Amino acid sequence: MSDKSGTESARDVWITGIGLISSLGEGLDAHWQALAVDEPHVGAVDTDHFAPFPVLPMVPLELDKQIPRKADIRQMEPWQRLGTYAAGLALADAGLAGDLERLAHMDMIVAAGGGERDVDVDGQILAGLGVAADSEAFLNERLANDLRPTLFLAQLSNLLAGNISIVHKVTGSSRTFMGEEIAGISAVEIAARRIRAGQGDQFLVGAAYNAERKDMLLSLALGNTLWQGAVNSVWERANAGGGMVTGSLGVFLVLESREHAEARGRAGYAKLGPVLSGRSRREPGQAAAVARGQIDALRPALGDKPVGVLSGATGIARTTLEERALLETLVAEGIVGPIRATQSLIGNSLEAAFPAQVALAALALSRKGFYRPTDPTGLELEAADVPTQILATSWGFWRGEGMALLEAID
Amino acid sequence: MGKTRDHLGRPVVAVTGMGVVTSLGQGIDDNWSALTSGKSGIHRITRFPVDHLRTTMAGTVDFLFDDVPRSAVLTEKLAELAAEEAIARAKIGTPGDFPGMLFMAVPPVELDWSVKRGLYDKGDASVSDPYDRMIESAMALNDPDIYEYALYACVADKTADRFGTRGAPISLSTACASGATAIQLGVEAIRRGDTDAALCIGTDGSVQVESLIRFSLLSALSTNNEDPAAASRPFSKNRDGFVMAEGAGALVLEDYDAAIARGAEILAVIRGVAEQADDFHRTRSKPDGSPVIGAMRQALGDAGIALDEVDYINAHGTSTPENDKMEALSLEAVFGDAVTGIPISSNKSMIGHTLTAAGAIEAVFSIQTIRSGIIPPTINHDVADPSISLDVVPNVARAAPVSMVLSNSFGFGGQNACLVIAAGPA
Repeated sequence: MSDKSGTESARDVWITGIGLISSLGEGLDAHWQALAVDEPHVGAVDTDHFAPFPVLPMVPLELDKQIPRKADIRQMEPWQRLGTYAAGLALADAGLAGDLERLAHMDMIVAAGGGERDVDVDGQILAGLGVAADSEAFLNERLANDLRPTLFLAQLSNLLAGNISIVHKVTGSSRTFMGEEIAGISAVEIAARRIRAGQGDQFLVGAAYNAERKDMLLSLALGNTLWQGAVNSVWERANAGGGMVTGSLGVFLVLESREHAEARGRAGYAKLGPVLSGRSRREPGQAAAVARGQIDALRPALGDKPVGVLSGATGIARTTLEERALLETLVAEGIVGPIRATQSLIGNSLEAAFPAQVALAALALSRKGFYRPTDPTGLELEAADVPTQILATSWGFWRGEGMALLEAID
Repeated sequence: MGKTRDHLGRPVVAVTGMGVVTSLGQGIDDNWSALTSGKSGIHRITRFPVDHLRTTMAGTVDFLFDDVPRSAVLTEKLAELAAEEAIARAKIGTPGDFPGMLFMAVPPVELDWSVKRGLYDKGDASVSDPYDRMIESAMALNDPDIYEYALYACVADKTADRFGTRGAPISLSTACASGATAIQLGVEAIRRGDTDAALCIGTDGSVQVESLIRFSLLSALSTNNEDPAAASRPFSKNRDGFVMAEGAGALVLEDYDAAIARGAEILAVIRGVAEQADDFHRTRSKPDGSPVIGAMRQALGDAGIALDEVDYINAHGTSTPENDKMEALSLEAVFGDAVTGIPISSNKSMIGHTLTAAGAIEAVFSIQTIRSGIIPPTINHDVADPSISLDVVPNVARAAPVSMVLSNSFGFGGQNACLVIAAGPA
């Protein structure tokens, strides 16, 4: 579907608040320092608990800074805490924290996976099933005795949104999209479309992913999607059999119509231009064809000079190599400029991956700079110019191709 | 371009196709004859043993597979059947080429115990950590089918593939309001002019022993096991919880003018949509009902209608003590004394609570109510709750002209969604 962002208008979509936490740090300054200033390196890597897979854990957080009530923290699983925390950062950043009047009319779209399982209970049951006289009756009995009611609520996908309503008082409409990366793409896309069409003035959009979960690693291992070994760049991984590294991340964006932001005296980090989503069956060449179509649709909105790209490449061999080939063609055509694959340093955060790309693009535009290359294979080149536009992309590890064009606000 | 606009100058959203599967059967005709004769689809659970369970009945859909399917497989099949019926009714597009977007309410995915057990048993017994053991055998198994059905995007992706919908499919969950949310998203997309058509589906085939136990641990389920057909008793004094159930509902939504231009039959119009999140508690509504009241008022406002234009309310009516009390209190607050003159019934008295699918299934039945002039009853209403002064159409269907329906859907996590469905545009 096309997304006509139009030219300068009151219904432009501005990003006026960002909450971002990951293995690299908490907040925008930390991410700018780690990705644009310091010699690029990953944060702490956990190579032990989830071996053979490396995992990028969240930096330590003081949860009560954004989730003051202990009772609330207790009733959340880690992924919900990360999301609720990041949502609080975004609202504070946008000057909306505690603004009950505005929060009551704020719409929310959360991209979420599922809740975390009690792996200890699962393990005890699995061990017992094989020796029980009546395995089905044993399963019933153990589940009835061992499952915790609060855990169930923490497992519902829409309960991150529910917790944000409770803790931060965001109580307009509340929708939760599911489905790995594509959920994050659609969340940003639909919020932007609604703002442009006047179906809302201010949205809280985002997601959270806790990578320190064996139940998720099991699902991903079913598809042999995970990288084993030292964490390196996605381009190197794609050349060596491929695989993704998962990373914990929480990200929320406050998206606002320009007129709404200006009326309350707020500046934006960047303007969110067209957001495009698509799908393919991922037969060879199909994802590139979808992405090429998206680039063609964006052409009228692109400036004269090649646009910098924050690639959502995962490191999975076939899709990453296909994306690389497309990017190399677009560079040769003078459409695409410097390329950065953020997952080389922060890992894949599934539903949160695309909102994080949008956040990092907005951050770079607001800082009038770009991130440092982290690629020994030669695709990521030094950036010469101050970017005025950045293209944030995502190709899901299984399905979903999306991109968003962000522009500097002057 | 079309010229029909609603009271706010927006394109009008028509329903041109609908389909349904519940424990009562497949297709609108079978469901409608059962619903209007007050028949229940709730039965004793045979899908899995019920040892140690406090609740032993449900509205499972057992007539589609010979063996017990995985939840995601059943969820997909239910959606496929409902969507096929809806698309055939709408006579839109060509097979495998639906000219519009897909908005799909699906239950959250879990690896079924049968799958986990298979992985564990195939694994290396010398690996002490059970998840490490399953991970190792998962990688050795390398089974695309098991892999794909463990992903949240899978059911909607396969549905998009089957019907050839446009763009990226949306998989969504707003708990027990999900089906209504899928319709809201379709309505908003058509109002924006993003698409002329939308396929909106709510589907749920997730009655498994663990999901049943989880709801049971929250004390949300009825334990009236002796007579399953009589267990779901919305608005009755002796209601004691909801009954889990399965099914799917699908609607084809279209821009009204585009539908007229291609000669489609207009089954109904979605006049208003609204929702308001509750910030009170993860499972309980704010005691004053204000978010529920707000959602209903906003839906009526979005539809641009007066209170006295609503001539039937399709209740959320789960049969839990909490929901039905709050819903009745909120309806009284919105409609005042006039509420006693508006028939209100709960389809859940017969089909149980179809969870993710409920909002979509109940929208289908709301439209069928308008089209047939018959209001399905709230069955099992033998002991009235003196604190609820609603006309719940007790036990027996009622013939009455209906041209405007308010359909309510509420869910855990503070989700409140309301639809206003009308016979035609204003």
